Amino acid sequence: MAEIRYWEAIRRAHDEEMAHDPLVIALGEDIGLVGGTYKATSGLYDKYGPERVIDTPIVEGGYTGLGIGASFLGVRPIIELMSVNFAWLAMDQMFNSAAKVRYMSGGQLSAPVVFRSPGGCAHQLGAQHSARMEKVFMGVAGLRVVTPSNPRQAYGLLKSAVRCNDPVFINEHELMYNIKGEVPDEEYFHPLEGSEVAREGSDVTLFGYNISVYWCLAAAGKLAEQGINAEVIDLYALAPLDRAGIRRSVSRTHRAVIVEEAEPAVGVGAEVMAIINEECFFELDAPPLRISARSVPIPYNRALEKAAIPNAGDVVRAVLNMFGK
Amino acid sequence: MNTADKTRLLREMLFARRFEERCYEAYVERKIGGFLHLYPGQEACCHGVLEAARPGRDYVITGYRDHIHAIKCGTDPRAVMAELFGKESGCSRGRGGSMHIFDVAHRFMGGYALVGGPFPLAAGMAKAIKLKGDDDIAICFLGDAANNQGAFHEALNMASLWRLPVLYVTENNLYGIGTHIERSSAVTEQYRRAAAYAIPAKQVDGQDIELVYAAAQEAVGHVRAGKGPYLLELMTYRYRGHSMSDSNAYRSKEEEQAWGRRDPITILRDRLIAAGELTAEGYQALERAIIEEIENEIIPFAEEAPQPDPVELERYVLAENDPWVMGGAS
Repeated sequence: MAEIRYWEAIRRAHDEEMAHDPLVIALGEDIGLVGGTYKATSGLYDKYGPERVIDTPIVEGGYTGLGIGASFLGVRPIIELMSVNFAWLAMDQMFNSAAKVRYMSGGQLSAPVVFRSPGGCAHQLGAQHSARMEKVFMGVAGLRVVTPSNPRQAYGLLKSAVRCNDPVFINEHELMYNIKGEVPDEEYFHPLEGSEVAREGSDVTLFGYNISVYWCLAAAGKLAEQGINAEVIDLYALAPLDRAGIRRSVSRTHRAVIVEEAEPAVGVGAEVMAIINEECFFELDAPPLRISARSVPIPYNRALEKAAIPNAGDVVRAVLNMFGK
Repeated sequence: MNTADKTRLLREMLFARRFEERCYEAYVERKIGGFLHLYPGQEACCHGVLEAARPGRDYVITGYRDHIHAIKCGTDPRAVMAELFGKESGCSRGRGGSMHIFDVAHRFMGGYALVGGPFPLAAGMAKAIKLKGDDDIAICFLGDAANNQGAFHEALNMASLWRLPVLYVTENNLYGIGTHIERSSAVTEQYRRAAAYAIPAKQVDGQDIELVYAAAQEAVGHVRAGKGPYLLELMTYRYRGHSMSDSNAYRSKEEEQAWGRRDPITILRDRLIAAGELTAEGYQALERAIIEEIENEIIPFAEEAPQPDPVELERYVLAENDPWVMGGAS
């Protein structure tokens, strides 16, 4: 099993799927000749040519709609939106066309298209390049949402998303393209539903996804020093969320903390708390908590920016408080 | 176009007119709900263009004024009416409604309700055709008002840049909902806009089906030959309001009467009669047969068709039994 970077994992998945099926294409801004802002499509233009690795004009709504239209005829486009902030411009097509076409055609037509895009706060990119938008996508019926936290997931989720007959949004992260992790040498397809136990524990469940899994793991390490054995659940699938997995863990630990990089309103934390409420309320020994970003447009100033986004220390303090420590 | 073709097209356009007028009645009777956008006045556009293409084989997409485009592609009119009645036997199983008629078997790829949404979808279908190496084309019918959307410019730019086999048809009926084109568009002649993207274009009288057909033959030929997109602007008029909720109070009687004198069905009928290829009695018989078909076959089919089962409410949201959801066989 080789250790590779997140962007290399995404690139490998593209390469294998394009080799496997001539109707798999990639399109987006600067993904061809330049190889992608995060190198996720590097080398593919030379290998598969400009008809299948398409440098688009900077028109997010236009090329997203074009990819969706191609998918109606069985093409499997992987559409890269250079930043999730730009996806606002593509949402009409993502929601009104891709997510609804199967339903409003009575099952005749589908849009087997993959949207991938980095979200999250990087370093001082300012308010219009720091959105965390997973909450927006996960509220739309007909669209699957996954968010890889490591190279293995990034590789396997993209592979399954390309083959799946539903539109899938893959929420990546600006800060994670260079992280390293083990990816199986043989071909691997990751499930598009479910969750993973990132760390086993018995006293409290920390729910994270994407970058916040690392905050949870760091917090769990600190908490262990204080005698608290935290479990970390990686919610790589945000739509649909893994109700059974959430119930299973909370029923064992009886305490839950959800850690999200986004603002709290109508977010992953709110949704997971609602599921806990519905599935296992009477198993709880303490009210569930969510650790979220502050509800502000992300500021440019580095200190203000850091103050807006939660970190492992916030998680540790909240859990200690929960245990009366 | 020979006499038999013209007589058939006259029948098709008259059928379209009576079908839509019957929809109006069914809406008033509350058999049809939601929004309903009717096509009377514009029949020569859809029929003239698709007559020059390969309906049922070329891929067609349009906006919410979509019943007649589907029928011309080969959709059973009974399935369209059943859809309007919200029935399981409807062409979209009662899940779509008037604005979302679909018939993928006949390559009618749908009616979409966001103004301008189909522009890039059509370019994408054309991209798929090109990748597959087929000689089919994509045809996108939308109104003049859609051309003010960014999607028009984005899609035309990409279609021209990549020489995609797509024909854009602008049915210019002079109104975007209730706003006249002079009040919404800096350049009212829509075909002139195509020059910005190096796309050939032509403006044609959309009320004379023979002129529409001739222009469409040239346009379709251009696109099918692999020379890239084409934009055809057809000057037309809708007799009814934008939708059933439109009071239609923004147009003068004089304007409506002037366009009424240029009715596409009357123009073709009178031409056939003048040429001795049709009699007034023959025309009346044609109309009677159409009304009988609508009343005796289409409406009863829609009336008697079953309602969707509420148990299936959540069906068709996602693919069924897709193995890749759980990572396939691995």
